[in-house]
Amino acid sequence: MVELPRVVITGVGITSPNGNDLGTVRKNLLAGVSGVQPYEIRYFGKTLAGICDFDPLRYQKKKEVRRGTRAGGVAIYCANEAVRDAGVDLSRYDKQRVGIYPGVTEHGNVETENEVYNVSQYDYDLRFWSHHHNPRTVANNPAGEVVLNLDLRGPAYCLGGACAAGNLGLIHGAQMLQLGEVDLALAGGVSEAIHTFGIFASFASQGALAKHDDPTRASRPFDKDRNGIVVSEGGCLYMLERLEDAEKRGARIYGELIGHRINSDGTDFVLPDPAGQNACIRGALASAGIEPDEVDLVSTHATSTPSGDVAEVTAVREVFGDCEGVYVNNTKSYIGHAMGGAAAIELAGNLPSFDDGVVHPTINLDQLDPECEVRNLVANEARDVGAVRTILNMSFGMLGINSAVVIRRFDP
Amino acid sequence: MTPEEVVVAIKDIIETIAPDEDVSNLDHTERLRDQIDLDSMDFLDIVMELRKLYGAQVPEEDYKELATIDGCVSYLHPLLADKELHVTAKV
Repeated sequence: MVELPRVVITGVGITSPNGNDLGTVRKNLLAGVSGVQPYEIRYFGKTLAGICDFDPLRYQKKKEVRRGTRAGGVAIYCANEAVRDAGVDLSRYDKQRVGIYPGVTEHGNVETENEVYNVSQYDYDLRFWSHHHNPRTVANNPAGEVVLNLDLRGPAYCLGGACAAGNLGLIHGAQMLQLGEVDLALAGGVSEAIHTFGIFASFASQGALAKHDDPTRASRPFDKDRNGIVVSEGGCLYMLERLEDAEKRGARIYGELIGHRINSDGTDFVLPDPAGQNACIRGALASAGIEPDEVDLVSTHATSTPSGDVAEVTAVREVFGDCEGVYVNNTKSYIGHAMGGAAAIELAGNLPSFDDGVVHPTINLDQLDPECEVRNLVANEARDVGAVRTILNMSFGMLGINSAVVIRRFDP
Repeated sequence: MTPEEVVVAIKDIIETIAPDEDVSNLDHTERLRDQIDLDSMDFLDIVMELRKLYGAQVPEEDYKELATIDGCVSYLHPLLADKELHVTAKV
């Protein structure tokens, strides 16, 4: 077998409904702080959403914000933060060899809805349709906006993978480093989903949109009273480097991507299939060359839908049911579902476990659904488990796409 | 709209399109693109705002008439003479 270069995470740029830097996100995960708020959107009306409050003008001019998209803004914020966090001086790199790989659930719905609304104000006269529509809606938009903002020249495009996309970005970035296509990869996922009424309306029509009197308690994976998804925005981009390069420059290493797997259920447009998820998890472990009991923490996708959670727990139980030391948590209970950004955000919040040995809990678990019972589910209160060396981060999406990455603590 | 109001109107639109720029001290005879950061997409935005706010149609072959503030006034005043000034941004 070909020996591929090892790839490590050396920087994290994140904006989540519960924090705009990893330190704040982690603090809020340990303290049970949600980021879900009341929200209102055109046509749909009042609902709930996970909303980010990063300052777009920190890294963009007002004109860039006006001209660009929210997903582009999220990506630019995360990319700049990741570069800064990694301590990388981009001027010392060949601009052609810096790759930008954000995962997206979709892109263009927000901008298209806005434009249709805009022309509706002018009796659908298409002379009022903006020339910005095409550059805003092309599938590489968030990545391309990062390129323009950071003045780069390398490969920059998005990985479209429904709600599995955050892992896809990470995996693709690592592969491009391993192939020698780039020397730095900014990879992960982004979401502007709360700005499209369509996603709320579609989940509502599907009977899969969360409702609760208290917004902070609406997203409640594995709880008996869970009733659906809270839609969120946000993103996380990682600075990825080959281990050799990272060590050469004395970079801080958050962890190493030691395994991954992407596969498909092939069974349904919407409903997940435990068999497909199971194969994905086992594939990721096999690619990492580890057994299930070598995983310390399973970060579940856990959307808080009645059927999705059961399917996922079924898959997790089958793989890890016999393992005593495997802990399970999720992040959507705090921030809702950040779509293309979800997997990347969720992994980030767990990375500090490598340092402190603490597993943040899933919150809002008042009454466990017996069908979601899984060994070592860390519920409502953080647990000090001593040491966390290996994290499995899972993310699944519509049309049956599954993804899993295995990240290992870096011990020089 | 008077010629003076056309100046207010065009500066207001530029401020909306290019919100990072200071439009208060623009030279009326110099090319706008030489004074502030405006590209071709911005000019399309200016044309779009004129259409939205005042129903003014500027055909592509006339874009060059909008190169300076004075040029904008000469070209737009006949089109905007019977329109009311709308100010959206802070000039």
